[in-house]
Formats: sequence, structure tokens, C-alpha cells
Amino acid sequence: MSEALLTATGVTKSYGATPALRGVDVTVAAGEIVAITGPSGCGKSTLLHCLAGILRADQGSIVYRDQDINLWSEASRSRLRRTEFGVLFQFGQLVPELTAVENVALPLLLAGSGRREAGEAALGWLDRFGVADLAEQRPGAMSGGQQQRCAAARALVTEPRVIFADEPTGALDQLNGEQMMTAMVRAVREQDSSLVLVTHEASIAAYADREIVLRDGAADPSGIGIPG
Amino acid sequence: MSTAHVLLGLLAAGPRHGYDLKRAHDDRFPQAKPLAYGQVYATLGRLERDGLVVRSGQDQESGPERTSYELTDLGRERLDTWLTEVEPPAPYVSGTLFNKVVVALLASGIDQATGYLTAQRAAHVTRMRELTAIKTRPGANVGDVVAADYAIGHLDADLRWLRTTLARVAELQKEVTA
Ligand SMILES: Nc1ncnc2c1ncn2[C@@H]1O[C@H](COP(=O)(O)OP(=O)(O)O)[C@@H](O)[C@H]1O
Ligand SMILES: [Mg+2]
Repeated sequence: MSEALLTATGVTKSYGATPALRGVDVTVAAGEIVAITGPSGCGKSTLLHCLAGILRADQGSIVYRDQDINLWSEASRSRLRRTEFGVLFQFGQLVPELTAVENVALPLLLAGSGRREAGEAALGWLDRFGVADLAEQRPGAMSGGQQQRCAAARALVTEPRVIFADEPTGALDQLNGEQMMTAMVRAVREQDSSLVLVTHEASIAAYADREIVLRDGAADPSGIGIPG
Repeated sequence: MSTAHVLLGLLAAGPRHGYDLKRAHDDRFPQAKPLAYGQVYATLGRLERDGLVVRSGQDQESGPERTSYELTDLGRERLDTWLTEVEPPAPYVSGTLFNKVVVALLASGIDQATGYLTAQRAAHVTRMRELTAIKTRPGANVGDVVAADYAIGHLDADLRWLRTTLARVAELQKEVTA
């Protein structure tokens, strides 16, 4: 658990004239769960999107397995996200026309798996998140909590090396959130992946091994994270 | 929460030795101070005197600590009564944490108070993480999980209050140094 898998150094990012990140350093070891916390607007989502290669940092480097992915082309970055990264947002964003099992199987199909193999794996992951009985339902027929469990299954189905989750329990009630976190943490531990978890809730950050507190776009070593 | 009622509750599942009771208590209430043996025996003595428990057996090879106790009908009744009584929603402001923060703010400078609050926050976060690990362990039983939830809920409330207090102290500092 000591080897650094992902190392971001001096990351800055502005939206027009608004600085969102002012030079942030983050290291994530293989097998480690790191929480990024802090008050609303402090730059958590921006940092996660930069780490996952969704946004390009203005300055700094984001080194994944010895390569600065911040310099990669969009195509290479998107391939990396499909193969070695898994991403989960606050609102699952399932494909509305597909059933739960089809949604979860999708990343495997895109990666070239066979239909049957992908379907079986997808069903297994739905089961781990307690929603196997909804396999044939479309997102419109599911509750928010059920959709989010499916989205979590979809993020993990390729057994990514790193999972990036942005407020994954933000739209869930307490128990649903807890159950989803438990299933996610167990899966991450089992497959020895890393998890970068953005949350503003202390009880969710407690699922991590370590937390990085942001304040105004920079790390706050005191961990206080008071806005302003 | 009284130790006597907790011991009655732990005996509801069947007779136990004092040592067992201590272990069961410490497992079930990880957020509480571990029970001292002396306290267990003193409490059992009082429960016995009041007819709420009786001695139900003794192991051959050992001394008084191997005596097992069981709940009487009266004990069961007392336990049921206690379980139906609503606790006064006592705020946690009687805790040492609060006392210390107030004393730190009054008796030492803002920097020292902030230092204390920051260190306390870190300790709370660490404990919350340990309790959360108990919940996510494969094979965690519902007893472990609800006990951890309880402790986490209170730590979380403390943390919110610590953060608000820190923010207030920071405001105060701005005023002072302005
Ligand atoms: N797409 C955007 N355009 C302009 N400003 C943005 C955009 N996204 C975020 N911001 C700003 O960047 C800062 C950091 O936002 P964000 O990373 O979303 O914070 P958090 O996730 O911690 O709430 C905020 O001031 C926010 O208003
Ligand atoms: Mg955000």
C-alpha cells in the first residue's frame, strides 16, 4: 500500500478569471482510499475531475504509473478512463433506454468483452450492490438510491485500478448511503483498487484511510476547512 | 445509561459469568469506557440484593469470578420497564469535550484554543474512521454495526460543533487583529 499510483503536483485550474485550484498536491497509493473534503465551492469536484483526466489542469502534473496524463490527448485520456479508471458522480447518470444489467455491462462491452460474459459479470455486480432483482428494470422505474447502486456497479464492473467518486452518496438517504459505501469499500479492498472519494460529510470521509481537506482551492493541513 | 440496566440486558440472553459480562459490555458499547471488574461485581452484588439476579452456578476449578448469574422474573420486569421509559433528551454539553473547549477559550489565548480544537478534531476523525472500519469488515454483525453507528453519530455531531466553534474562533481572531 506504499507505492504511489497517482501523484498530482502543483495542480492549478481556473474557470475564466475564477481560480478553483491554487496549487494542490495529492498522492494516492495502490490500494488506498483517500477522501477529499472541504466546504462547498472549495474545489473538490474540480480536483477530482483533473485527477481522473476529465478536466485538464492549467499547471502542474498528474502522474499515473509514471506518465503525466495531463499532457495526454483527449482520446488517450478517455481510453484510460474506460480501461483503468472508474468514475461515479452524485447522480448516477445511467443510460435511460437501457436496463440496469445493460447499463452495468456497457463498459465491458466497450472494452471488447463478449455479450454473455459481460451480462454475467454485470449481474454479479448488481448483486453485490443489492439490486440484482432490478436487473431488467430501466432507470425510470427505479428510486434514486437504486439508480445510484447501479451506477456504482457500473463504475466497478471493469475492476478499475482507481475509482473516482464525486459525492456518491450526496443524493441518498443515510442508510442507502451507508450500504452503498460499505459495498463499494469492500469491493475496492478485495480487488486492491484505489478510491478517491469526494464528500463534504465527515461520516462518509470516515470510510477512507486518509483525508485531504481543501479550503479555497488549496490543501488545508489543519483540516479545519472553514469557508472564507 | 446505568450499568445495572445494561447488565440486566446482557443477562436476558442467558446466564453469564462476571468476566463474560465485562467482555460483552466492552464489545457492545465500544464508545463507552471499558467496565472495570470491580464495577461489574459491585453491580451484580446490588442486583442480587434487590432480587433482580440470582447465582445460577459456579465452575469447579476457580474462585468467585466464575460464578454465573441469571435474570429473575423481577429482573426481567425491571429491564422491560427501563426499556419503555423515554430518556430525557439530554444535550451532550455536560461532556468533558465541551468543558475543555470553553475553558480553553476562557483561560488561554485564541491560538491555544484553536490548537486544541484542531487536535481534538483529528482525534475524532481518527476514531470515526476506526468505527467505520468495524462496520465495513466482512462478517460484521448487526450488533457491531448499530453500536458503531451510534458512536459515529455522536462523534459526527461533536465534529460539526467543533467546526462551528473553530469558525467562530477564527471570526473572533479577525475582529481582534483587525
Ligand atoms: N464550470 C464552471 N464554470 C465556472 N466556475 C466554476 C465551474 N465549476 C466550478 N466553478 C467554480 O470553481 C470553484 C470550485 O468549484 P468545485 O470544484 O465545484 O467545488 P466543490 O466541488 O468543492 O463544491 C467554485 O468557486 C465554483 O463556483
Ligand atoms: Mg462538487
